[in-house]
Amino acid sequence: MRLELAKRPQHSKLFSALSPFIAFVLTVIAGAILFALLGKSPGAALYAYFIAPLTDLWSLHELAIKAAPLILIAVGLAVCYLSNNWNIGAEGQFVMGAVVGAMLPILYPGLQQSPLALPVMLVMGALGGAAYAAIPAFLKARFNTNEILTSLMLVYVAQLFLDWLVRGPWRDPAAMNFPQAPRFTGYAVLPELLPSAGRANIGILFALIAAVLVWILLARTRKGFEIRVIGMSPRAGRFAGFSTRGAIFFSFLLSGALAGLAGISEVSGAIGRLQPSISPGYGFAAIIVAFLGRLNPLGIVAAGFVLALTYLGGEVAQIEVGVSDKVVRAFQGLLLFFVLACDTLIHYRIRFVPSERLAAVLPEAKSDA
Amino acid sequence: MLESILLTIATASTPLLIAAIGELVVERSGVLNLGVEGMMLMGAVIGFGVALTTGNPWLGVLAGIVAGAAFSMLFAFLALTLATNQVATGLALTLLGVGASGMIGEAFVGQPGVKLTPIYIPGLTDMPFGRLFFGQDPMFYISLLLVAGVSWFLFRTRAGLTLRSVGDSHTSAHALGIKVIRIRYAAVAFGGACAGLAGAQMSLVYTSQWIENMTAGRGWIALALVVFASWRPTRVLLGAYLFGAITIAQLHVQALSPNDIAVGAGPLWFLSEAGRWLLSVLKSVPAQFLSALPYLATVVVLVLISRNRRLTLINTPACLGRPFVPDR
Amino acid sequence: MRKLIIALAASAAAIIASGGAFAADKAKACFIYVGPIGDFGWSYQHHQGALEMQKNLGGEEKVEIAYLESVPEGADAERAIERFARSGCNIIFTTSFGYMDATNAVAGKFPDVKFEHATGFKRDTPNVSTYNSKFHEGRYVQGVIAAKMSKAGVAGYIASFPIPEVVMGINSFVLGAQSVNPDFKVKVVWANTWFDPGKEADAAKALLDQGVDIITQHTDSTAPMQVAHERGVKAFGQASDMIKFGPETQLTSIVDNWGPYYTERVKAVMDGSWKQVDVWGGMKEGHVVMAPYTNMPDDVKKAAEETQAKIVAGFNPFTGPIKKQDGSEWLAAGATAPDGELLGLNFYVQGVDDQLPKQ
Repeated sequence: MRLELAKRPQHSKLFSALSPFIAFVLTVIAGAILFALLGKSPGAALYAYFIAPLTDLWSLHELAIKAAPLILIAVGLAVCYLSNNWNIGAEGQFVMGAVVGAMLPILYPGLQQSPLALPVMLVMGALGGAAYAAIPAFLKARFNTNEILTSLMLVYVAQLFLDWLVRGPWRDPAAMNFPQAPRFTGYAVLPELLPSAGRANIGILFALIAAVLVWILLARTRKGFEIRVIGMSPRAGRFAGFSTRGAIFFSFLLSGALAGLAGISEVSGAIGRLQPSISPGYGFAAIIVAFLGRLNPLGIVAAGFVLALTYLGGEVAQIEVGVSDKVVRAFQGLLLFFVLACDTLIHYRIRFVPSERLAAVLPEAKSDA
Repeated sequence: MLESILLTIATASTPLLIAAIGELVVERSGVLNLGVEGMMLMGAVIGFGVALTTGNPWLGVLAGIVAGAAFSMLFAFLALTLATNQVATGLALTLLGVGASGMIGEAFVGQPGVKLTPIYIPGLTDMPFGRLFFGQDPMFYISLLLVAGVSWFLFRTRAGLTLRSVGDSHTSAHALGIKVIRIRYAAVAFGGACAGLAGAQMSLVYTSQWIENMTAGRGWIALALVVFASWRPTRVLLGAYLFGAITIAQLHVQALSPNDIAVGAGPLWFLSEAGRWLLSVLKSVPAQFLSALPYLATVVVLVLISRNRRLTLINTPACLGRPFVPDR
Repeated sequence: MRKLIIALAASAAAIIASGGAFAADKAKACFIYVGPIGDFGWSYQHHQGALEMQKNLGGEEKVEIAYLESVPEGADAERAIERFARSGCNIIFTTSFGYMDATNAVAGKFPDVKFEHATGFKRDTPNVSTYNSKFHEGRYVQGVIAAKMSKAGVAGYIASFPIPEVVMGINSFVLGAQSVNPDFKVKVVWANTWFDPGKEADAAKALLDQGVDIITQHTDSTAPMQVAHERGVKAFGQASDMIKFGPETQLTSIVDNWGPYYTERVKAVMDGSWKQVDVWGGMKEGHVVMAPYTNMPDDVKKAAEETQAKIVAGFNPFTGPIKKQDGSEWLAAGATAPDGELLGLNFYVQGVDDQLPKQ
């Protein structure tokens, strides 16, 4: 017996809606087995994972903080991937956005007293991310250089650059020679949404607004149509008179700007200063979010919250149930596998085909297939 | 001293080389598996564990290979049979590998491992520079054999041609009656086996211990090397050793002090002076810039290579990363 | 019946209102680690300290411990700490410098919970303490041993990042060595990582190739010890006793011994005597412990033990006369460096054969 796929004539609406639930049920079953094998109560572990983080208002705020950069970055990446541009360097664009945006409060601390500080920082952050993304875009458009690699290499360069800045020229003189930049103050701090209940900041609003705007861009505008056509078939795009190079720059600059915005929002909001490490891999996790959301901005919003939930739930499971951090990560991997696998059902029918030896014995089985 | 430095470079380059040569075959078949780091960790932990419990490092090497290949089958089932997105699946595989290897390895932390000892051939090994050629650990020779073997297989055998044709156009290959999915499964398994072997090198040769996340990003560097090499095995060899050499050279620059430099005396005094000047320049550059150098170099080389459109097109697997589902 | 319900409700409300105070006499101590507890280095030793504390104070019956591993030093830290504060922890230990802002932010919101931040200096509210250990005292002893054992007169030092803690360690090692041999030199290689066994091994090999014959490290893995073993030279361990990795190689090791401090602090929470402190404990307090002196002749061992006894008796390794690397005077004869200056140290003393990475 082996599995075989058959393309559906059009994608299945039924499975579009059902597949997340099937994936969830499979994950719950696999998780229950995993936790039982480790000698932990499956019920308690799964509750800790998926329900407990949602029972506190405080925790919902934290969910928003964790999901915001994931959604913001992933929405931009979706545009890239739809246009067949493989930007996997969002982590670097995130870092450069944070660095460029932080120039204002660090180099001109006095300006933090002006209400204009934050808008200027956000714009600078977005420009910084876009400029950094422009490098692989230019190399691809001009020299046909593989963007997967150039964008990935530039991640390491950006991280080292930040490391140098906060250990060297931008180090806080009050920090006893420890590597961190001065704390942002005054208007340079991203405002919180509902300070009485938790520390979620307006970063999550940026994410939601970006998702809606990009959804409109893709679904309702000519530019969005152009991007999809070029992504599906560059040749068809050329015949239609669309510029492939234009699409490269457009998608890279857009995703770089959103990643940069996420970066400056993170340091001026949840962290409050530049330090050697400002991202626990948001740029890479966002790639997964983009695909979990099926490259649809609205799906990405849901996917961003789900992935954020698994981080929070993982912590609760470690504290309440005593599973280790490694189990948490392995479980996260399993969840992703199931979601990806189940999404296959949307575009394909799955058939079980008898193995060839069997088929030879039973010729009629082959004709059925 | 020179021999010893070269030996250090070889040990540092070998895991990159082995993992990259495996991924090269995977990518030549048109599949992009970003899970190298996860597979390396699985190979490292299982290889270490088996070597520790049996006391036989060779069994550990074998177990590392099997573990890497078996783990890669998870990726293959999703990305090939179920045609899921390869980038996302590969990232998920790494996530799972980091977690699972940590779980398996909990019992091994803080235990000195079993080391695969270098070979020794009486006479030959003792010659000047003999250790470089006849006295290294077996993994070094295996890595070179792998490069030669893959090179021969891809460009000198019919099976290699078939594999490349699958990577270049899976639809035409399928039309010719080639079993695309089956070949890709084999390629992914080979890539997994190599990543597992590279991991085992890290926990049995490079350092004989298991620590969580001990590969420290080498899987990602291996991925970069494949593209850096524009999918040519010999260039992977070059790239891996270049990367290893830069890393080691950077450490030596740090350890060297101006007083250590005395290459020329008398009329050649300027050589020493030039050396000292160069050293002081290198030392005044922040470490972060030196660390960023290999990555920037990769970008530059890549641009130089890809400017030659014809050369790039010949070597780049055209179907890289695209799922294949046969029409019926 | 109704009265009973009201009474129950009232007592429940009282328990809830009391917040951080704990029922019965069981305490909950919580730990945030920056790495995996399987790193066999920094986080591993903190976890060993936690387990030792639990055992000292009567086991699981008396103290419940909870921990989170590999918590990134960004936005996630504050959430992890707050999660602990809300889950009924009485005392929370945050064990990395990068948690400083987050620890103080959460502490401000939970006045009844005690917070202990390792290696930091910020104590915004009275419920935050800071603690660290004088590991450099151990490095001074290592310097003495190195100078007596080395034939080349040069030791190799594998360093992580140029932060005061590490610079202090290098200086202390050099001062210890120079107390025996004034011409002793130290070569430093910055690995720019706390934890990469491969790179640490490479750094050890590079140093040995350049003629050092003794290795010491301020990075976490046991790889340098194994390299030293293969090359037949001696080495010092780091963070934990690494004798298993170099039975014929390890001279001694500086063991991060957090158990006594954790025991003392959790006990203070249990009996209500917890007060804000800023502790920088060393050999005297038992926070820095030397692994047994092995693989050395008796006279060296004796010198090491005497040095250790001297430090326990109150000797400060940073006692003048000490010159800076450029030859200018730092400390006059008999003067000692104030703690504040040491904790922000960013220059070398004379005899370090390295240029401190530009800051």
